[in-house]
Amino acid sequence: MRIVVLLKQTPDTESVVRIASDNKSIVAGDLKWIINPYDEFAVEAALRLKQEHGGTVTIVSWGPQRVVEAIRTALAMGADDGVLIDDPVLEGSDSLGGAKVLAAAVEELKPDVVLCGSRAVDYDEAQRGAMVAELLGWPHLALAVALHSTGSTVTIERPIEGGKVVMEADLPALVTLGGSHAVWKPRYASLPGIMKAKKKPLVMKKAAELGLDASRCGPAAARIRIMSLDPPPERVPGRIIDGDLDTAGKARELVRALHEEARVI
Amino acid sequence: MAKCVCVIAEFHNGSFRRASFEVASEGRRIADALGTSLCAVALGAGVAGKASDLGRYGVEKIYVADDSALESYVAETHVLAAAEIVKKCDPSVVLLPASVNGKDLAARLAARLDAGLAQDCTRIRCENALIKAKRPIFAGKCFAWCEWAEGEMPIISCRPNTMDCITPGGEKKAEVEKVDIALPEARSRVKSIDMDTSGKVELTEAEIIVSGGRGMKGPENFSMLEDLAGALGAAVGASRAAVDAGWRPHSDQVGQTGKVVNPNLYIAVGISGAIQHLAGMGSSKFIVAVNKDSEAPIFSKADYGIVEDLFKFIPAFTEEARKLKSTCS
Repeated sequence: MRIVVLLKQTPDTESVVRIASDNKSIVAGDLKWIINPYDEFAVEAALRLKQEHGGTVTIVSWGPQRVVEAIRTALAMGADDGVLIDDPVLEGSDSLGGAKVLAAAVEELKPDVVLCGSRAVDYDEAQRGAMVAELLGWPHLALAVALHSTGSTVTIERPIEGGKVVMEADLPALVTLGGSHAVWKPRYASLPGIMKAKKKPLVMKKAAELGLDASRCGPAAARIRIMSLDPPPERVPGRIIDGDLDTAGKARELVRALHEEARVI
Repeated sequence: MAKCVCVIAEFHNGSFRRASFEVASEGRRIADALGTSLCAVALGAGVAGKASDLGRYGVEKIYVADDSALESYVAETHVLAAAEIVKKCDPSVVLLPASVNGKDLAARLAARLDAGLAQDCTRIRCENALIKAKRPIFAGKCFAWCEWAEGEMPIISCRPNTMDCITPGGEKKAEVEKVDIALPEARSRVKSIDMDTSGKVELTEAEIIVSGGRGMKGPENFSMLEDLAGALGAAVGASRAAVDAGWRPHSDQVGQTGKVVNPNLYIAVGISGAIQHLAGMGSSKFIVAVNKDSEAPIFSKADYGIVEDLFKFIPAFTEEARKLKSTCS
């Protein structure tokens, strides 16, 4: 089974996000970079599929050279090889532009299944997987919290509001991963894994090598742009319910405040 | 007249989701600002008989694809039907609910129509006939204002519970047009649907959430939070620490990896307030923090703080909440 994982490198979820002076981007200087957690779940799910069905796991990403570290981490977890589309003409692409690049890279690899995170924890676009599937003309199943394959089909379980759905797709298909660390328990890279990863193939590509013109996937093709960033609304400092109240007194005062002041209960 | 505004409603289990009415209401406001009409797309099996429900929220024309193949959400089938109708009504902007299925459909639709999409928007502005949309990024650590160039067709999914529903009117009758779309057999399908019938409130739709963290000390103690939630009509959530420890199901996780919630009231119990948790609940209208550590970062976000042993405080709080409910009802 030939498996491709689409991977994005994102700032660590414990990062403090500061708006840069251009008011359109965030200060990147001191950020710690990680594999987007949902993509890390995809790497884990891909490695389990490989364990069961054999085959290969290829990591595909687009972005600058810093992404090499994220791809090497996935290779150390057990993926076989990687492709990084690092091309300055893609700077300022929107989600659809990025999806076109990824779809073109996937097309060259001709996999049976493509896995990726349902969203990235940086810009929360939640578009990549469904777009790549549409561009490839493939079925896709979104937000998997469990995944199995017979070799010719893939089956997932996905939560929806107030319930869960089991879905199946014929291969080739794309699956986006939901859930959490507790669901997927992504493996850590072992020391031998890290040593081996250094020697695994990682190919650099330009958009043109995938037959893509920047006018189709670069910033000129972007349909949507971020014009400005706002910090979240400041929360007015609240009050600690204390006084000389005992536990019951505090409970009474809190209920009164929520009912009479906040009017939320 | 300018091109119409188009909303794609979500039909589920025989009725439209409430988020569809919020989106229709927002669509009405945008159509008024643009001086144009509002149309809606209704996809589903048996949706034709319910389509007029949308008319009460200011929709003037409803395109209905009533087909057994659209009974349950399958991305490739729904996107085909939605795209055909959107092309037919040629709108200036398309709105959908940012529900689980709505967001998925929006992304596939944007690729199919080569359009720019903004997901999970919390505000839409119309300036000089151009649409701008505000959306949280980094799970709410920051907000981005997005714009589309003139002549583009923005697709916008709207976060449930952030846009006001207009008071439904009864008298206006919308025009309903049935659309027949040839839907080829899909290469993906629903095998089973298992709806929770316990009456549990979904986190992303809850008006009140009671969440527990590491301070709960073990899974057995969450029954205390369930009691409190029962008294308040709330849903129960959890921090990543509690979910990683295996105390609660992953579907309860609130945070940057997990669900982003915006209830009227969020009660954080035994949660210190890691930045990844604060990102997921920081837009709640009111926040209550219960923690015995007065230095916990959660207190900097809380409207009301209680520095107490939660094991003593929560039962007392539950009792007071029950008293209030019994005097109110």
